Amino acid sequence: MPYTSTLSAYLPFFRSPPPRFVTETGEPVWGIMAQFDDVVSAYHAAEKMRDAGFSKWDLHAPFPIHGIEEAMGHKRTILPYIVLVAAFAGIGTAIGMQWWISAIDYPLVVQGKPYGAWEPFAMIIFELGVLFSAFASLFGMMMLNGLPRLHHPLMLKDSFLDVTDDKFFVVVEATDPSFNPEHTSKFLREIGATAVELVEDA
Amino acid sequence: MTTPNPDNAALGTGADGTLNEDPAIRSSLVLNDRSLHDITEIVCGYTENTPHRLWKPLFIFTASLATVGVLMILYLIITGVGVWGLNNQVGWAWDITNFVFWIGIGHAGTLISAILCLFKQKWRTAVNRSAEAMTIFAVICAGIFPGIHVGRIWVIWYVFPIPNYNYIWPNFRSPLLWDVFAVSTYATVSLLFWYMGMIPDFATLRDRADKRLRAGSGSCKLDVQCPITGIKFFKLPVSADRIRAFVYGLFAIGWNGSSRHWHRYENAYLILAGISTPLVLSVHSIVSFDFATSILPGWHTTIFPPYFVAGAVFGGFAMVLFLLIPIREIFPNFKDLLTLRHLENMAKILLVTGTMVGFAYTMEFFIAWYGGNEYELHAFINRATGPYWWAYWTMISCNVLSPQLFWFRRFRTNPFAIWIVAILVTIGMWFERFVIIVTSLHRAFLPGEWHMFFPTPVDVLTFAGTFGIFLTLFLLFLRFLPVFPIAEIKAVMPKGDPHGHGESFDPAYMEDDD
Repeated sequence: MPYTSTLSAYLPFFRSPPPRFVTETGEPVWGIMAQFDDVVSAYHAAEKMRDAGFSKWDLHAPFPIHGIEEAMGHKRTILPYIVLVAAFAGIGTAIGMQWWISAIDYPLVVQGKPYGAWEPFAMIIFELGVLFSAFASLFGMMMLNGLPRLHHPLMLKDSFLDVTDDKFFVVVEATDPSFNPEHTSKFLREIGATAVELVEDA
Repeated sequence: MTTPNPDNAALGTGADGTLNEDPAIRSSLVLNDRSLHDITEIVCGYTENTPHRLWKPLFIFTASLATVGVLMILYLIITGVGVWGLNNQVGWAWDITNFVFWIGIGHAGTLISAILCLFKQKWRTAVNRSAEAMTIFAVICAGIFPGIHVGRIWVIWYVFPIPNYNYIWPNFRSPLLWDVFAVSTYATVSLLFWYMGMIPDFATLRDRADKRLRAGSGSCKLDVQCPITGIKFFKLPVSADRIRAFVYGLFAIGWNGSSRHWHRYENAYLILAGISTPLVLSVHSIVSFDFATSILPGWHTTIFPPYFVAGAVFGGFAMVLFLLIPIREIFPNFKDLLTLRHLENMAKILLVTGTMVGFAYTMEFFIAWYGGNEYELHAFINRATGPYWWAYWTMISCNVLSPQLFWFRRFRTNPFAIWIVAILVTIGMWFERFVIIVTSLHRAFLPGEWHMFFPTPVDVLTFAGTFGIFLTLFLLFLRFLPVFPIAEIKAVMPKGDPHGHGESFDPAYMEDDD
């Protein structure tokens, strides 16, 4: 069975529940993808998906669609708060490092100025704050997005390769409570999909 | 689509319909009614198709120049800084001139990416990727000089706060140390910004290669051949598309265009733009502190930070135009993405920033006189009339006078005229740093300390070598990386508008367009 790895055979903790749906060949179903050929129909499809109450679904697009957050009903990302924490970490590191080195560990007489004066530290405080925030925004984005993830069931679908070119895909995962292969694909066709395909978990 | 403007007829050659002045008509960012797929084809084509016939000779030339530069640096390290024309009085000359010159050029990329992004200037998509690439490469060239000018490069790690058995730490009151942190932060953040912008485009390149592999058309094995004679050495066991799918795939970190991902991605991009904007201003300010916090007449002025920043933007835009105008002529369909309107916008920025540095030159002179300090006044009169008068007046004519051409629309919309001015500005900005550094140093307080600086061939070849490094890296960028932000261009095109009113003018579109 493809969904039981060697690890889960020995460790029941890692064992995933059996799939709710399997294909005729016995492959577990990962979800359904529906192709849309232009951004307008994809945008309206997203609104209808949101109103139909799906929870584990997504719209894959070659570019960030303006206003798609409202159409899909996303929550705002917490990334800015992660970056804020990182910025303060950078500022704290800079203050601590400079003050400890200049005032405690290696006091050096420079023009008779006080050892712990904050003014000359301001530049590096700023720079390290920016440096830490930059790392946090890139790696925080990757972390929240679950990237890097070099394999994905969708990527095995030949038609899905156009998602980085000019096609749009609404994808519903099989773990969605209201997922049903027949009903969901019928619904996707009703909201304007030009092609609907079952995606196997592989 | 735009309607032809009667004024365009008067503009003569080259008008592409993007130069209308009617505020009710938005100029197209992409010409010829391109579809989303066309954008993918055009931009990916630059890396996937056989390169232009000029690419290889140019690459061999610039790589040779880079090799000469590397050899000169090795010679310097083996021998000592005496191989440069430095003397007892002029201890900083071409090395720091080149450093400030390159770091200044490195500012336009982040300026275009970050500041224009914050101001929602959609035309930035035409130039931002190549400008960011240019930033990275210019910062690499800049980083070489402070490293090698210390003479003993093997102790350069002293500039970093690394615990060591000598029990010494760097001096955090020194602007030179601030500079270390500013430049290394800038290099890192620019690299992250550039890479992050490319993630979706790497995914496009990956998927295209993967598609060809699955269709069975991308399995032609790669020949390894001599770059000059073209003799084939051996066949690699993998095809070009296999390598593309693997390498681009690795850098694309599994990007699959999920809208939930895009949301966090855009958020992260905006944050990076927001923190890069003060960063880019801080870096050149801190570079200027290297001079401004000293007590040397000619350096000790409070105008330096804004003056350096304006000069950096000015020189950086000139370099972007210098590189992109020839590429625009050579590469197929490049003109559809980098329109005359975009060039005109950049010419206006050259005019504004050129006039700003002109104001700074004037203000420096005024303060030297108004401040009543005879040493400072002498330093400035010596700049304009002393033995380096020719350098000073080269600077003034290239930086202040040549951009004034752009008051006339005929010149702003003529790519060749813009290119010539861009070259003049690049020369002028190098001379600006030379004038600031060398003319302030070469005549100190006592006439017995007066010396001239004469560059040696090593000086000249090292500088030429950094141009080789810069252009080699840029040619590699043109060959292997997405030259335009594919995803971002699609997002600003009429066909990328989810409300479907991109095709003709619609007041609602203006409302929506924040």
